[in-house]
Amino acid sequence: MTTGPTEGADRPTPTLLIVLAWLIVAVPLAYGLWQTLVKAFQLLGG
Amino acid sequence: MLAFLDKSRSVARPGYSKWLIPPAALAVHLSIGQVYAFSVFKTSLVAHFDSSQTAIAWIFSIAIVMLGLSAAVLGTWVERVGPRKAMVAAALCWGSGFLVGSLGIALGSLPILYLGYGVIGGIGLGIGYISPVSTLIKWFPDRPGLATGMAIMGFGGGALIASPATNKLLGVFDPGFSPDDKNAVANGTALASTFLTLGLVYVVFMLIGAALVRIPPGYAEGEASVQQPGRNGALVRASQAIRTPQFALLWIVLFCNVTAGIGILEQAAPMIQDFFRSDGGTSSVSAAEAAGFVGMLSLANMAGRFVWSSLSDLIGRKPTYMIYLGVGLVLYVLLATVGQQSTAIFVILALVIISYYGGGFATVPAYLKDLFGTLEVGAIHGRLLTAWAAAGVVGPLIVNGFLDAAGEPGRLVADDYHLGLFTMVGVLAVGFVANLLIRPVGEKHFDKEAVRAGSRDAPDQQAAMARGGN
Repeated sequence: MTTGPTEGADRPTPTLLIVLAWLIVAVPLAYGLWQTLVKAFQLLGG
Repeated sequence: MLAFLDKSRSVARPGYSKWLIPPAALAVHLSIGQVYAFSVFKTSLVAHFDSSQTAIAWIFSIAIVMLGLSAAVLGTWVERVGPRKAMVAAALCWGSGFLVGSLGIALGSLPILYLGYGVIGGIGLGIGYISPVSTLIKWFPDRPGLATGMAIMGFGGGALIASPATNKLLGVFDPGFSPDDKNAVANGTALASTFLTLGLVYVVFMLIGAALVRIPPGYAEGEASVQQPGRNGALVRASQAIRTPQFALLWIVLFCNVTAGIGILEQAAPMIQDFFRSDGGTSSVSAAEAAGFVGMLSLANMAGRFVWSSLSDLIGRKPTYMIYLGVGLVLYVLLATVGQQSTAIFVILALVIISYYGGGFATVPAYLKDLFGTLEVGAIHGRLLTAWAAAGVVGPLIVNGFLDAAGEPGRLVADDYHLGLFTMVGVLAVGFVANLLIRPVGEKHFDKEAVRAGSRDAPDQQAAMARGGN
């Protein structure tokens, strides 16, 4: 866990870290969305 | 040892990207949003404990009550200690709730399950719900609706992940459980193991959010903050706001909107199976399809939070709530009368109703800001969430009370839901009238000092925001 206002003074946040952070939440969301769409198709089309 | 959790240690250094804050908030809200997928467990829990639907519904109700109470009571604490410590506390409570709940299932003790998922987990829900919201508003002062929409949308979307994941886990731990089976029921070992697994995964996921979150420069202790007045120049403190008729009326509006939606959400998976069950026979909707329906509701819940809340910026808060409550009322009548004619009609009606439910949550902070200004809007919001707590008890009690009187779970049909649904129509009518009665807050409630201080500190605050966050 990173901390503090003094750490890594004035360096911009690495783009890779931003991408990884978004992937951590996007991957489970994409799984949930895909599963939901599959079931929705079964429910409404079956 | 735990100094790294302090508010002063979580202030962003210059250059820290504000685009790390939304995923941090989402990691927390997607986790605690699992509560909306609780109905996926319901049929199996009723069978495991050999209990009534109402007894199992109490688990969800206690969790929602604790959410509202802890948000109201701990709102000031969350602001004082900062988002990182609050998120860690939320992670530990939410995870421990699952672990204690798992023990309750393994021991066959419903009170331990109430204590675990309901009380301990519910406190985690309350702390987790409010901790990233105010942080996001601070990072995105020019787009607070978008910012809070992202986090609150995550809470609506938690079930989207939890619903299919739960069915998968139940199938792994109980090879006899097949979600595609029309009457699938998982055994106690599978239920306990699934609770245990979810608890551990959610703790890790939420701690990632806590590690990423930062407070923007300018919001540490002792620094000034800018206040934006309400529509008529109002800046009202929380202690004064709760004495106004506007707060009471808005409490009733939120209570009625949430009661109507939560009654369906808590019962969603069994409800769609019951609506398409021949008398005493097998439902044409499988457990897997019902879980898919829960996921679709979650999607509508998410979308409603974003779409209807954005619409409220264009047409105003009061007209938006007239739609939630007035059109919602008509949709409930249609659900009760024509909902069983086809799954498509049932699903579409339920999706729009739940989108209004989500929209009600996302629009209420803006409604509060319009009425009372931003002076203590977070604390006022926390107190208003007691309406959610009350609705979390009343909504499921209405639906499950009528269902328990109608017959046994697994044998219910669409007609058994009519009384509960028409009761919700009455509840929405009360909320509609309360919304019509809301007027701007009188000047006697304004905090004159805050109005003056806000004007004085505004340039300093804007400069502080400009120094940090890209």
